Amino acid sequence: MKKTLMILLGLLLAPIPAVTAELTGAGATFPQPLYSKMFDVYYKTRGVKVNYQGIGSGGGIQQLIAKTVDFAASDAPMTTSEGEKARSEILHIPTCLGAVVITYNLKGNPELKLTSDMIADIYLGKIKYWNDPRIQKLNPDVKLPKLVITPVYRADASGTTFIFTDYLSKAVPEWKEKMGVGKSLNWPIGVGGKGNPGVTSMVQQIEGSVGYVELTYALQNKLPTALINNKAGKFIKPNAESASKAVGKNVPPHMKVSITDTDSPDGYPISSFTWILVYRDLSYLKDVNKAKELYNLLWWIIHEGQEFATPMNYAPLPQSIISQLENNLKRLVFGNQPLWKI
Amino acid sequence: MENLKALIQRQSGNIIYRFASIKKLLNFDKILKISLFISAALVLGIVLGFVVTLCVASFDFLKSLGFSSLLKDTWNPLTDEFGASPFIFTTILVSSLSLLLSIPFSLSIAISLSDKKGNKLLQSFLNTSLDLMAAVPSVIYGFWALFTLSPLVRLLQTKLGFAPMGVGLFTAVIVLTIMIIPFSAGISREVIKLVPQELEEAGYSLGATRYEVIRSIILPQAKSGIIAGFILSMGRSLGETMAVTMVIGNFNAFPKNIFSPANTISSLIANQFNEASGLHQSALIFLGLILLVITLLVNLAGAFILKGSRR
Repeated sequence: MKKTLMILLGLLLAPIPAVTAELTGAGATFPQPLYSKMFDVYYKTRGVKVNYQGIGSGGGIQQLIAKTVDFAASDAPMTTSEGEKARSEILHIPTCLGAVVITYNLKGNPELKLTSDMIADIYLGKIKYWNDPRIQKLNPDVKLPKLVITPVYRADASGTTFIFTDYLSKAVPEWKEKMGVGKSLNWPIGVGGKGNPGVTSMVQQIEGSVGYVELTYALQNKLPTALINNKAGKFIKPNAESASKAVGKNVPPHMKVSITDTDSPDGYPISSFTWILVYRDLSYLKDVNKAKELYNLLWWIIHEGQEFATPMNYAPLPQSIISQLENNLKRLVFGNQPLWKI
Repeated sequence: MENLKALIQRQSGNIIYRFASIKKLLNFDKILKISLFISAALVLGIVLGFVVTLCVASFDFLKSLGFSSLLKDTWNPLTDEFGASPFIFTTILVSSLSLLLSIPFSLSIAISLSDKKGNKLLQSFLNTSLDLMAAVPSVIYGFWALFTLSPLVRLLQTKLGFAPMGVGLFTAVIVLTIMIIPFSAGISREVIKLVPQELEEAGYSLGATRYEVIRSIILPQAKSGIIAGFILSMGRSLGETMAVTMVIGNFNAFPKNIFSPANTISSLIANQFNEASGLHQSALIFLGLILLVITLLVNLAGAFILKGSRR
């Protein structure tokens, strides 16, 4: 009798430390709607509150380096110099995939095919009109007008620009040489809009304009999107499925890798992981319970959490990488204690 | 019962007495003086801290690239090139142009609002609208410019044979003009009201027409105050961020013509600051310092002229 009472008492008291745990993260704005949903569900089912602030990937990384947050989120992997500043190993945990789509404003919203060369030349100002013979030849079913093409880019520094230019740099040598990869570039032509909504409103207003926005944003707002050729030569329509398929067979175990211009034959070529970044050694959190909660949260995100991706137009992680990710998470330690064993 | 009443009375008298003695102890004049001094010192301290922080944070940029790199015209965070001259130029251009454009409107508004023989009902209606215009958040102006003004600009561009972008320098100047009219008109109105009525009446009694009174009596009398008002409102337009960012086109180079997309200092900072780090961030902070200096100079000029007019 006494024993059962003790067990009951233990059960009653056990959830209390879990409820008091609170995790803080900051970073990318792109996965923020998904994270908000995930963390809300996580709080309701596990009783652990997660505060997430969408302050931008760069800001998140800076806060992680300053150790003012428990985890950061980023659309671009950490640079070497950022890695050096952190001084301690940081793990990149993919949480879902994003893709960048090319949208445009043409009468009748025709479905266009575009190649990487054409996109690069449009943004370099070399293709000036829609009825350019190269675009017309690739799209014989569409009668393209003699209309000036106005490229629209992101005026704010953004992970979307990073993914877009990362793709163009891999696929088009001239782009790599003249423009490079980055969150904000020195654009030779066009107009800039702030954020996905800014680019979209410019594209919707300027006839003949072309812009690049996040896949989720384009799907939610039903924007026309171009089919892009991948390395296998297939023209791929951007959606959550083709973005997930961009994860090829050759993903290295650390997952800190760009998957744009993918080898996989059905993958959309302008796709990318979005990551949560954590220190491998979480002893700086001072509290082993907190470190364990963070481990639990990450484990939950790559398993149960994935079901929230597709309904919200995010591309879920493909099954093929989950076991590798589990191994990566098992590397998390608190001092010299592996967290998964606690 | 009676006892209780007496007790309460005695007690409350006691409290009042005590309160009065506290009042005597504390010198309210002194308290007021100290609290005013603290508030004033706080303002000064905040501004000073501001300048110091900006200087310290932009030191990295100055140390590694030097002042002269500002004069270059390429802004490319990828290659650590931070030529700021296009932004400084565009900032000054946009605010001067909008100031020039706003002058005829604000001046006529100010004159009609301060006219002592005008229709009082109409004047109070206009006054309220002017104050309301000043209170509208700039993002609202930005939205209006993006969705109403820029399609009109696009029509104009098509007529004139420019690429129909709708956003750019021209649109930004127009929306800024509208935004600063309530400020410059408001100050001018107050200055014109200060012109002595005797002077006006003297003018009329000499047979001057209304136009002649305005031109040769009111305007010369209020001249320096009006100019100061315009300069102060230019100070406001220099720092305007939201509305400008939404319609200027955010193109990081010198504008080629009046319709070109361009970028001002404040819209560049608004766009790039949240993801900037290292030298990029330092360069943006230095641009903020430059904007602060420009605004300070413009405001000082305005204050100087205003002071001259009071003599």
